[in-house]
This record gives sequence, C-alpha cells and structure tokens, in this order.
Amino acid sequence: MKLEHISEDALLITLASAIDDALPGQISRMIAVLRSASPAWLTDLIPSYTTLLIVYDPVQASFRDVEAFLRKQLVDAGAGLNPSRPDSNRLIELPVYYSPESGPDLEALAGYAGLDTESVIRMHSSREYRVHALGFAPGFAFMGQVDQAIACPRKASPRKQVPAGSVGIADRQTAVYPGESPGGWQLIGRCPTRLFDAVNLSLLQVGDRVSFHSISRDEFLALGGIL
Amino acid sequence: MNWLEIVQAGFQASLQDEGRKGYAQHGLARGGAMDIRARRWANKLLDNPADAATVELLLGGFRAICHGRVQLAITGADAPVTINRKPVAMWQTVTLQDGDELAIGHARNHRFICIAIAGGFDGPSLFGSRSVVIREAFGETSPLAPGNRLKALAQTPELPWRQAPEQARDYLTKPPTLRIIPGYQYRSFTRQDIVRLTTQEYQVSELSDRMGYRLEGRAMTATPPGIISEGLCPGAVQIPGDGQPIVLMTDCQTIGGYPKPGVVSRLDLAALAQQLPGGKVRFELADLATVQNERRLFELYFRNSRWAGNGRTLEWI
Repeated sequence: MKLEHISEDALLITLASAIDDALPGQISRMIAVLRSASPAWLTDLIPSYTTLLIVYDPVQASFRDVEAFLRKQLVDAGAGLNPSRPDSNRLIELPVYYSPESGPDLEALAGYAGLDTESVIRMHSSREYRVHALGFAPGFAFMGQVDQAIACPRKASPRKQVPAGSVGIADRQTAVYPGESPGGWQLIGRCPTRLFDAVNLSLLQVGDRVSFHSISRDEFLALGGIL
Repeated sequence: MNWLEIVQAGFQASLQDEGRKGYAQHGLARGGAMDIRARRWANKLLDNPADAATVELLLGGFRAICHGRVQLAITGADAPVTINRKPVAMWQTVTLQDGDELAIGHARNHRFICIAIAGGFDGPSLFGSRSVVIREAFGETSPLAPGNRLKALAQTPELPWRQAPEQARDYLTKPPTLRIIPGYQYRSFTRQDIVRLTTQEYQVSELSDRMGYRLEGRAMTATPPGIISEGLCPGAVQIPGDGQPIVLMTDCQTIGGYPKPGVVSRLDLAALAQQLPGGKVRFELADLATVQNERRLFELYFRNSRWAGNGRTLEWI
C-alpha cells in the first residue's frame, strides 16, 4: 500500500499495480473505516480499481495531519487489508432483457466471439461481478470481469445516444448506462432497474457484487423498461 | 422581498458555490466556481459567508432589473458595468434601488465575471450545493435564463461602501505561471518531457470548457501509456497521446486513465480559468508544503479578517 500526496487537498492510496477482483472489497472496507471515523476535514472518497483518492479540507487539516491519521487508521490498524475479515458486501441482482431489439450489438458481438447469442447471454448472466469503479456519468459502475470469451473492444465510433438502462461490454468490463448518454460500449441488452436518481444517488457502489439474470420482453416492460 | 429580475442572461450564466462535497463516489462532478479568487472577494465585500452562492457569467452580456433594494459586488473579468447606463466600477460594493437596470457588457480580456449579493443568492440546492453542473442537466438546476428571479437567501443590514485592494486583481494582470505539485505518474515521464512541460509557453486552446482546458505547445514526445483509471481532482494535468496537456477544471470527470505529471495549485487554477483562447500560460514545479500553506493563508485571510473603517483594507482579527 502506497500513500502519496498528489495535490494541496488530496492524497492517493494505491493498493496494487493490476486490476484484481479482490481489490474492490478491500477498498470498500477502507472506505467504511474512514466513514465511521468521519474526521471533520474529510470531503470526498473516490475509489477506483486499484486506488482510493482521499480529498480533504486543507484549512482544517494539513497534509501531515491527514497522512498521520491515515497511517494510524489504515496501516497500523490493518483495517481494510485483513483478508480474513468477513466480506459484507451486498449482492445486487439486475434483470436484463437481452435481445437484438434492446442490445443492438448482441449479434455482432456473438459473431466477433464466434458464439451464438444464447451463449453470450448465458456467459454474461452466469457469473458474479464486482463494482471496481464509478465514473463517466453519475451512477455508471464499471464491473469486472466478463468471461474472456465474450470480451470485446469498444466500438470504433461511439454512439451519440445510448438509451438509459443499456447493458454494455468493453474489453473485460461490463456496465449499465444509468441515463441516456453518448457511449462506445457494445450493447447486448437493457436493464429496467433505476441505477441513479437525485435522492437515492447511485444504487451501485465500489465493492458491491452484481449478478445479471435474463428476463423476457414482457417482464422487462412490466418492470417499467422502455424500448 | 428584494430581487433581480434577469432580462438577458448571457451564455452559460449559472449559480455557483464551493461545489458538492461527498458525492464524487457516486460519479457526480464536484462543480463549483471556476475562479475562487473573484468569488472570495465578491463575498467578502458583502460580509457573506465563504460558501454563499454567487452568479458566474461567461464573458458577460447580462442585464437585470432591480426590485426593491439590493447590494451587489461584481468581480472577475474586467467588463463594462452600468446602472441606468451610468458606469460603475467593479471590485466594490454597489447599491441598486427599485427599478434600476444593471447591465454588464462583454468581458475584455478574461472569461468569468462573478456577482455576489448581500446575504448570498438563493437557488435550488442539489447534492448539498447550489452549484450548477451544466453538462449533467439535473432537473431544476440549469443555466440562468431571462425571467429568472435572483433573490438573496437572507436579509442583511445596509453595508457601507467598500472596495477590494488593488492586489486582489494581480492574478489578472499578467500571463499566469501555473505551479504543479509533482505526483500521480510524474516519475513515468521522461526528464526531457518534464523540461519541455516546465520551460515553454503554452497557448490556451479553443477546446476549453468547465471540464478542462486544453493547452497547445510543442508536444511532449514520450508520453507514458494509459493507466488504470484513478480518482481525479481539479487541477490535474492530463497528457493524452498527442502530448498536449489538458488541465482539469471544476466540472471534471471523477476518474480517468490518462497519465498525469501532477496537479496545478487551486489558486493558480483560478488564473488559468480566466484565460481566453490564445492566452499564454507557463508551468513550474512547486512543493506541496508551499502550495498548501499559501492556500491555507488565502482561506484564513478571508475567514479571519474584517473591513477597516476606510472600506479599502482588511484587518486580521
């Protein structure tokens, strides 16, 4: 674990040099430790894959104060780093209507992978993912990792409008677009669950476990999905 | 109740405060005023709390009618300001009477004009802030438009005339030097590229907005490859494959995967924010303790001072 001051009001903790499905759980435990200690100077925590950015109010605490606090909380106490601690992360199940109608790249991705669309759907919906990072847009969660067999690069030319709820693949990551936005991920289906709103904020958080299950067109519409 | 009724809003005029705190982990931009120097002075002239919302105009072009009586302070980019067509100075308190027309023309050499009202502007609050992040387009938070009523959050007693000291505008008088605290992937850059970054003059590109300012100069030649996306902060200097820096501003994305040699000081970022396309800037390396101490002193100066009787200088309490 490396602590590095990167600006007058932020410090970056780096846990590893490569993406690993064990890291989101570790990072979310570190966040829980810091949230429960809740020092007055703490303004933002931004987890992402292998790092945690800690933003503070430099008037209330100097970089020396912050570093001393973090070393005590996270290093000496071993909090968040102890792999024997039970993993209390939530499992969130997301329904997906997989089809060419709701996922315009489903057939092309199957062709790229040399599989039929049924296999792509089965592979995407048969494993549990971890939320590694949030970003790009409010509530947009980068999840990993999809089966190597259905990994696929982003589209060469991004779409100007991706519909809200679209489920996409980019390399070995998967995500659901919380709202309508431009985007270059390969779209394979659509999820009717609301992932972000101004009151409840992001449904998904770094460290969460997520699984997808296939639903029919009728179920998708009954759950409030829009085609 | 006293308010300003907007007749002409200009392009991308918006309410801004210190931005959102504690929401970046949901993927929400932090937002906030682009020029914190202009904002601190505008609020201080009116004895407002530091987090009081101000109006930020992009290049000006603003007109409003006063209903009742209000006191304002207008700071930032130099622009012609009139009340009932009579010129008034910026960087001082101005009092408007019922029916007065405030007009702010076009900024001459810089980008953002800040308007504060005694008591702080009222406005929709979302994610713990009145800052509007225009690109996110959330519900009722949007750029200001003709017909909007700008009210003060609190009624305040009549204030005496005040004027900011001359040095408050020093940051607008010369091409800024942006101090970078080395960090993030600093060590992955070649010595030659760091020399190039810190010795040449860059021009601000037209591709500059509230998310980031692109700069143009001789390209860095051996930029490191993309990295695993990590948390970003305003001031971070991204170096994409073309070797031309992008300095992230207050509405920047929360995470990103471009390599970064460091982060620009927040006070210098205010000076960069004010540069128009073609504006010249330089970088130099600085150390964390110096930059942080200067920022602390800047914030404490506004927090722990009061106006002297002459209305022209601040005294430490």
